[in-house]
Amino acid sequence: MQFAFTEEQDLIRDTARKFLAANAGSSQLRAAMTQSHAYDPDVWRAIAQELGWCGIGIPESMGGAGMGMVEQAILFEETGRCLLGTPLLATAGFAAAVLHETPESTERTELLAAIACGNRCLALVATDDSGIAERYAVNAVTLGGSLRLSGHGAFVLSGDAADSLIVPAVTADGDLVIAQVDLPAAGAVMRSQKALDLTRQYARIEFNDVVPSALLADGPQARRVWVRGVQVAQVALAAEQLGGAIGALELTTTYVKERHQFGRPIGSFQAIKHRLADMLVECEAGKSAVYYAACVVDEWRSGTGTEYELAQAAALVKSHCSDMFQNVAGNAIQLHGGIGFTWEYAAQLYFKRARASGNLLGTAQYHRERLAELIGLVTAAETTP
Amino acid sequence: MKLRFTAREEAFRADCARWLSEQLQGPFADIVGVVSQLGMAERRLEWERALGRARWSVIGWPERYGGRDATIAEQVIFAEEYARARAPGRIAHLGTELAGPTILHFGNDLQRDRFLPPIAAGEEIWCQGYSEPGAGSDLSNVRTRAWLVHSAQGAEWVIDGQKIWTSFAQLCDWCFVVCRTEEGSKGPKGLSYLLVPMHQKGVTVRPIRQLTGEAEFNEVFFDGARTRAEYCVGVPGDGWKVAMGTLSFERGVSTLAQQMTFRNELERIIDVARQNGAVKDPLIRQRLSQAWIGLRIMRYSALRMLSRATTGTLGPEALTYKIYWAVWHKKLGELAMDIIGAPGELVIEPPYGLADLTHLYLFSRADTIYGGSNQIQRNIIAERALGLPKEPRGDR
Repeated sequence: MQFAFTEEQDLIRDTARKFLAANAGSSQLRAAMTQSHAYDPDVWRAIAQELGWCGIGIPESMGGAGMGMVEQAILFEETGRCLLGTPLLATAGFAAAVLHETPESTERTELLAAIACGNRCLALVATDDSGIAERYAVNAVTLGGSLRLSGHGAFVLSGDAADSLIVPAVTADGDLVIAQVDLPAAGAVMRSQKALDLTRQYARIEFNDVVPSALLADGPQARRVWVRGVQVAQVALAAEQLGGAIGALELTTTYVKERHQFGRPIGSFQAIKHRLADMLVECEAGKSAVYYAACVVDEWRSGTGTEYELAQAAALVKSHCSDMFQNVAGNAIQLHGGIGFTWEYAAQLYFKRARASGNLLGTAQYHRERLAELIGLVTAAETTP
Repeated sequence: MKLRFTAREEAFRADCARWLSEQLQGPFADIVGVVSQLGMAERRLEWERALGRARWSVIGWPERYGGRDATIAEQVIFAEEYARARAPGRIAHLGTELAGPTILHFGNDLQRDRFLPPIAAGEEIWCQGYSEPGAGSDLSNVRTRAWLVHSAQGAEWVIDGQKIWTSFAQLCDWCFVVCRTEEGSKGPKGLSYLLVPMHQKGVTVRPIRQLTGEAEFNEVFFDGARTRAEYCVGVPGDGWKVAMGTLSFERGVSTLAQQMTFRNELERIIDVARQNGAVKDPLIRQRLSQAWIGLRIMRYSALRMLSRATTGTLGPEALTYKIYWAVWHKKLGELAMDIIGAPGELVIEPPYGLADLTHLYLFSRADTIYGGSNQIQRNIIAERALGLPKEPRGDR
């Protein structure tokens, strides 16, 4: 038991922080927001291809760095801190997490290898127009010996930039299959969804008898594969939420030291200090939650952890970090006063990102209900509306 | 960063569990699960001596003083097994967790040799003499005075003043007392950290009844009380540094045992909610889940804090830990009462006997006050962890 970062892990954080400070600061973020997919393609190329961030958690045999979720969480925390919006989270955090759980196949190996070398953007279809977790509106029908997908997916993070989609589809028997759809595909209609969060983009995808490029998992185990993959993705997202909360806290701390009223820095007033202290309390709890959940993922992948522990950790961390980020970002606006309410100032970007990430892959309330089932307060039948 | 314990550590866990179950299913079966602050004090003092004899009292201390030189991981394991076995609350904890580590760290060899073995053996029980009627949140505003006199017995400190909120003073043999030893000094300057025997003519203990009805804390009056000149820890006049050092030891391994107690409480609350149907209320269910999440987070905050402690630095996780658990525990008490409903209001036996969860509800109001109130904690967090300007003082 050693619940502290190694020197190598500290180095990963320092390197990431330096790169992002130089290439993804607040003015660069503003410029990126005006680009077609709301990110700077040069920065994406650099992190995916030169720095190898997409492959950090992918096995060395597939061209990745073979590191674990703890190292990935460090990266997502750093990208969240500066609200970086590239396909990194959708590709390495979401799609690769599901792929990791799928049974071995040529397609899986090829996809993971392509992600590792940074020349493939992937996106995960995880919900429908309701945006509610675990709602799947894509059906899989076998027609003339081949599988066809029909229906839609929405709120697909970085879907507009994706080369391939990972799609869970429901069969006539109610089972799940996990399909790969390379884009463009006949019958797949993509529409960008402009969101409140200006730092990244979603897409809605209509599937009209789309023939998948590959079937990554089917049969009775496919649902479990999917659920576990999504749980790992939730941990990645929570790490990014943690970084976002820390970024908003840092922005506010700097501001209250500089802003003077009544002849003194406003950060010298207890009304301000105490609220900032509470924000730090939440963030420190968030760190404990994220690093714990990341360790649980690593144990799960190395065969020493259990599925049950993974499910608990994912629900815990996504619940805490969703609330934490929204509280901290809301307080950031309040403590900035009028300037915090302006379009030009960064506080609004954290606030909107916090809301968007809170909805992605399940809200805090949703995850607390899942936890209530997991710890045996109630059965699933009693909680599902 | 890894969570699993090694095979050797798991073997150590088995040793701890074996000894604890032998004792608590054998000679000490009567004190299993005793949580009430003063309940069965005599038996719990015997238990402290049994822990000492078997060298389980202060396993992290050096062997020569009665410890086992245990690693942090081993201390974590023992704390967990101790709580899992539902062993009673440690009545000696102010000695084993505060006085002992302070003497080990800031004391000299004479003090270590004199005081550490009896603490480890459970032979001498300690209390803490910090707070005074005029020194609560403003802890350095100490008025209790001490001065050196020379007599046939050698040099001695003479102590005059009053301490308050002193837990367990009625059971204790020794007290570590922060005194003003430089006349005319103010605030943190001119204080000394003295080790004072409680069993003497110049010391009077008067219990204070708490809102729970119990009287676990006390006023302690020093009226010409004496202690030997060499029982001053650190340099005379430099006692504030020592006193603050003591408080940093408070964030130790024992927090993990405390968490196991919290877990037992949460499990009992969940049982009640199942029995009376409150669990069907989605709002209650959300709060129960939230409580479960908070408890799990607390565990990993503690492990983060302890893992960093081996590197000798105090991170922001240590500064935020107290307020986190205190608020969590107070909310747990409120949740318990919301789940129990009106029956929770009843005294179970006259004159003022409380059911365990009602006791939790009432006692947890103290959690956000003692050891630095939430308001003081927030000042400390804002100033030390976030670097915000210090509070101005009205008097200096």
